[in-house]
Amino acid sequence: MKNKVILGALTVAGLAAGAAAAGTLDDVKARGKLNCGVTTGLVGFAAPNANGEWEGFDVAVCRAVAAAVLGDSTAVEFVPTTGKTRFTALASGEIDMLARNTTWTFSRDVDLKFEFVGVNYYDGQGFMVPKELGVSSAKELDGATVCIQTGTTTELNLADFFRSNNISYEPVPIETNAEAQQQYLAGACDVYTTDASGLAATRATFDDPSAHVLLPEIISKEPLGPLVRHGDHEWGDVVRWSLNALVAAEELGVTSANIGEMAAGTENPEINRLLGTEGTLGEMLGLSADWAKNAIGAGGNYGEVFAKNIGEDTPIGLARGLNAQWTEGGLLYAPPFR
Amino acid sequence: MSTLTDPPKAQFQLSMLVNDTRYRSLTFQAIAALVLALAIWYLGNNLIQNLRAAGLNISYGFLGDPSGYDINQRLIEYDSQSSHARAAVVGVLNTLLVAVLACITATIFGVVAGVLRLSNNWLVSKLMAVYVEIFRNIPVLIWIIIIFTIMTAVMPGPREFRGDNATSSMLFDLFAFTNRGVYIPMPWFESGFFASGALNWLVVIAALVGSFLVMRRIEANATKTQEKTGVRPKTKLIALGVWLVPLALVLFVMGLSWEVPELKGFNFKGGIKIGGPLIALWFALSIYTGAFIAENVRAGIQAINKGQTEAAAALGLRPGRIMNLVVLPQALRVIIPPLISNFLNITKNSSLAIAVGYADITATLGGITLNQTGRAIECVLLLMLFYLTASLLISMVMNVYNASVKLKER
Repeated sequence: MKNKVILGALTVAGLAAGAAAAGTLDDVKARGKLNCGVTTGLVGFAAPNANGEWEGFDVAVCRAVAAAVLGDSTAVEFVPTTGKTRFTALASGEIDMLARNTTWTFSRDVDLKFEFVGVNYYDGQGFMVPKELGVSSAKELDGATVCIQTGTTTELNLADFFRSNNISYEPVPIETNAEAQQQYLAGACDVYTTDASGLAATRATFDDPSAHVLLPEIISKEPLGPLVRHGDHEWGDVVRWSLNALVAAEELGVTSANIGEMAAGTENPEINRLLGTEGTLGEMLGLSADWAKNAIGAGGNYGEVFAKNIGEDTPIGLARGLNAQWTEGGLLYAPPFR
Repeated sequence: MSTLTDPPKAQFQLSMLVNDTRYRSLTFQAIAALVLALAIWYLGNNLIQNLRAAGLNISYGFLGDPSGYDINQRLIEYDSQSSHARAAVVGVLNTLLVAVLACITATIFGVVAGVLRLSNNWLVSKLMAVYVEIFRNIPVLIWIIIIFTIMTAVMPGPREFRGDNATSSMLFDLFAFTNRGVYIPMPWFESGFFASGALNWLVVIAALVGSFLVMRRIEANATKTQEKTGVRPKTKLIALGVWLVPLALVLFVMGLSWEVPELKGFNFKGGIKIGGPLIALWFALSIYTGAFIAENVRAGIQAINKGQTEAAAALGLRPGRIMNLVVLPQALRVIIPPLISNFLNITKNSSLAIAVGYADITATLGGITLNQTGRAIECVLLLMLFYLTASLLISMVMNVYNASVKLKER
C-alpha cells in the first residue's frame, strides 16, 4: 500500500513537470494572473510608485498583455529580477514573460532558447560622467574606473569598445541600478555605463542632473524587448501581437481617448480588424474579440505609453528618435493586422 | 533422566526484520538508502528530461570560449579574450587570496580578543565582550556592506587629490587611501636574476628559508648547551644577523627599487592597489569570524585547570609567560577543532564577495560566466566541486596540525 502511494506521487510529479513546459496561455487564464518579470527598479521603465503600484514603460507591456488575455490590466504579478536572475526566472517558469530592458541578441535567442517577440525600445549603450571631469568623448576615458551592471550585454560591449580603441579601464561590477547610482555618486567610479535610456532615467533622479553629462558615443545596438520561453508559440504570438497592437494603434490614430467610439466601427477596415468589429483575429489567438481594445485601453497606444513614462515631458526626457513610427522616420513598424 | 535436546533452530521470518532488534536497524537503514537512491534518481531523471524538453544539454565546451568580459582584480594575466576557464581560475585565486588573508587576521583577532576577555582588567574584558557579542550576532553580509559603504562614502575619491588646492594628500607621498582602494608602493628588482618578477621573489623566499633552517640549528645547539651546562647561550644578536644579512645581500644584488603610486589621468597608477572590495571583504570576514574564534579561545583557556596557572606562578613565571608557555599550548587541544570549522566558514562566506563586486569564483564562474553563457547547471556543479575540494583540503591540513598538538598518550 505504502509503495503504491509513493509510486503514485512520483507519477503525478513527473506528469506535472512535463506539463509545465507547454500551454502558458492556458496557465495564465486558469491562474487569472500574469506573472511578469521586470527590473528591480528603474524609474520610467519599471518601478513602484508612491502607492506601491508598478508603473513604467516596460510595466505597460505587461499590463497590455494582461488586458489582452484576461481583460484586466491590473491582473499582473510583477516579479522583480536582476540582470543575473532574469533568465533563470523565465526558463524555470517562475514568470510567464520578461519585460525588462533585455537586449535581443543571437545567443539569447538561439542558445538560451528564448523567443524575443519584438522591440519596444531601440537603445544603445552610452556613458555618463560628472561634468567636472571635463571629458567630452568616450575615447578620452583611458584608465577610467567604470561602474557596470554585471551579467548584461553592456559588460561585453564595454570590453570590446575599450579593446578596439586600445585604451584601458577598470570595471566595477555592480548588481543593480540603485547600487551603481550610489557608487557613481560617491565617486567610487568615474563613469557609469548602461543603455542610454537607463542613463537618462538614472540621471533624472539625481539632485543635480545638470552636473552630469551623457557622452556622445553610443557604442552598441541594444534592441530592448519582451521575451518568452522558446517552444510555446501560441503564447509567443499573444505577447508579440499585444505589443504590435500598441504600435499599430499609434500609427492608425487609435488612442485611449477615442478607442471607445472607434471600437463601435470605423471606415478603416484595419482598425476594425484590430479592435474586433471585423474578422476573427482574437479567435485566432485564442482570445476574446476585444483583446486589442483591452490592450490599448490599458495604458494607451505606444506613443501615449512613451510620452507618459519616458517622453520629453517627463523628468527622464527621452526624445522619440529611433523609436518614432516608421512614417515619422523612426524604426517602429508593426506588421499588418490582417 | 532427561535427554538434552538441541535448542530450537532460529527460524528466520520476515516479521523479524521489524520486530527483532538484531535486524531492525539494518532494515531501516536499507529502506533509508533505497529512498535516498530513488530521490536522487528521480531528481536526476527529472533534470535530464526537462533539459531535453527545452532542447538543452549539459556541455562544458563553453569553458574554452573567450569570456568577453574584464575583471578588475586578477593575480594572473587575464583579458577579455581569455577563456571562461581562465576567468574561473582568476576567481579561484581571488577566493583563496581573501580566504587565506582572512583566516590569518581572524585568528589574530580571535586569540587577542579571547585572551583579553579573561583579563582581570574590568574595562578590557567588558570591551572584548561587547566586541564578541556585537559581531557574532549580526550577519556577516551586513558587516561587509557596512564596511564597504563607509569606505566609499568616507574616503576621498582620486579627483580630490588632483590640482593645486587638493583636499586630500598622500600619506608620506607613498600611500594613497581612496574610496577605490589603498595604493601602496610596490617593490621590484632592477637587476634581478630572472626576467620574471615571480622567479626573483622565489630567490628572496629561498634566502628566508635558508635563514630559518640555520636558525633552527642554532636554537637546537643552544638547547643542547643549556641541557648540559644549565646556561642558555644568548642567540638574539646572532638571530638578527642570520635573518637580516642574507636578505639584505640578496635584495642589494638584485637592486631592490620601489614603484610609488602616482595620480595619472583618472586613477592612481603604479604601485600595488588593494581594492576597496577586497579590504571590505577581508576586514568584515576577519572581525566577524574573529569574534567566534575569540569564544573558542576563551573556552579553551577556561578548560585548563586553574591549578596549572597557580603552579606556574609558584615557579615564579610572569603572567605573560604563563599564558604562552603553560596555558595556551594546552588550550590548543580544545581550540583547534572548532577553529577548523571557522576556517571553513571563512572560505565559504567569501562567496558573499558578490555584494561588493569582488571578483571571486562565485562572481566570475558563478556570476558573469553563468549569465553570459546560460550554462547554469554546469557552472553551479563546478562551483560546488571547487568549494567541496577547498573545504576538504583545509580540513585535512588542519586535522594534521590538530594531530600534532593533541595530547600525546603513551
